[in-house]
Amino acid sequence: MDDDKQAYDLIESILVGTFGVPAEEVSPDATFEGLGLDSLDLVELTMAIEDETGITIEDEEVEEIRTVRDAVERLAGERRVPA
Amino acid sequence: MTDVVVTGIGLVTPGGHGVARSWKAVSAGIATAEPDPVLAGGDVSYSCRVPSFDADEELGRGAGRRLDRFAHLALLAAREAIASAGLPRAEDEGDALLDDLADRTGVVLGCGIGGVTTWEDDHAAFLERGRVSPLLIPKMLSNSAAGQLSIAFGLRGPNMTVNTACAAGASAINVARDLLRAGAVDVVLAGGAEAGVTPHSAAAFARMGALSRREDETASRPFDVDRDGFVMGEGAGILVMERGVDAAGRGHTPLAVLAGAGASADAHHITAPPEDGAGAVLAMRRALEDADIAGDDVEHINAHGTSTPLNDAAEARAIRHLLGGHADRVAVTSTKGTTGHLLGAAGGVEAAFAVLALHHGFVPPTANLREVDPEVSLDVVHGSGREVPLRTALSNSFGFGGQNAALLFTAA
Repeated sequence: MDDDKQAYDLIESILVGTFGVPAEEVSPDATFEGLGLDSLDLVELTMAIEDETGITIEDEEVEEIRTVRDAVERLAGERRVPA
Repeated sequence: MTDVVVTGIGLVTPGGHGVARSWKAVSAGIATAEPDPVLAGGDVSYSCRVPSFDADEELGRGAGRRLDRFAHLALLAAREAIASAGLPRAEDEGDALLDDLADRTGVVLGCGIGGVTTWEDDHAAFLERGRVSPLLIPKMLSNSAAGQLSIAFGLRGPNMTVNTACAAGASAINVARDLLRAGAVDVVLAGGAEAGVTPHSAAAFARMGALSRREDETASRPFDVDRDGFVMGEGAGILVMERGVDAAGRGHTPLAVLAGAGASADAHHITAPPEDGAGAVLAMRRALEDADIAGDDVEHINAHGTSTPLNDAAEARAIRHLLGGHADRVAVTSTKGTTGHLLGAAGGVEAAFAVLALHHGFVPPTANLREVDPEVSLDVVHGSGREVPLRTALSNSFGFGGQNAALLFTAA
């Protein structure tokens, strides 16, 4: 859960800080499209996540990430991988 | 020939946001050159910047991140131009124009460089970290500002960018006029937008010897005996243009008539004008012929007047050659003394100033001009502006590549 919480907080902070999305609009079920992000923004978002975490998200994976929850799961899943 | 008129103006210049502030600044001959933090430590550290603004606040969420600055400036100028032209807006659709009108409204925007700030920042990140933004191309392309105007105002007419470097804004107005005359559009937003002041581009212009090395606010001093180059600036100037009959039909009084336009090329050198300014003469003569107006009827010239030794001398010779003895009776000014050189936006901004000079019967002074170069031998207005009723005003723009444009406006 801590991983999920950390991942959610990171995504929320990028959405609010970089994309100017009002914090109250961000929820696990919110789609990025609904938050006003288009396909180019989604690539920017994944790049920001990569910059913050050091992980790599492949271009094909980006297409699968539609909601905040999708992104959290992708991110938390990465962190759960044992070193 | 079909009359083409100017029915609206929008300006964002180093003199300020909007027509009123910009016109006030040039009318008072205020200098806007300032030390530019972005250029600190470079060969040249002064520039003429548009007063800062919050793009998201002015243009909506995401505008700051998704659009280059030259598109911001274009949008701000276009919004003012549309409002001043009183074009009908669609209800409940933000800034969009009425549907039928939007279908018949085009955009011809001049741009000499494009999103070079975006390009340089992205390139730095690319070299450092291999990082490339997916927004690089849509922000950087020089036609993106014209595209953004279409999106913002719902304009579905012909939409394009014209690049003749520092003549681009004027060339765009010339092309827009052709579209109106051909009946391809009913309304056109035309002019120029540029925001190309970066450390790299400033270093490049400086390396050519084009920029003033004077480190004070009087660096841009067109036609002055001590001029030593131009000062880079940023801005946008956009006109709303229509056929005269259409403007009259909707009961809108035009600000001026675009009576003639002329274009030419130097066929000489990629950056230097021929000493006699022959290409400039051709462009001006073609504008006069197009308008069927005699040289003796020219009353005011908003000169290209960049403040470089070469341009101003060649342009002065060109004006003298074209007008002969009548040149003594023409009130010449270069508003670049105030604004600096706005590159691809210059022609749009200066066309607007020429229209405003006609409209107000006032020739703004050439800022920072103390002693007219004896080689210039023209009546270059300086010190203070001149109140004089005007019927004709010529606006000159010359670009690297040897590409020239002249616009002849007459009082409405």
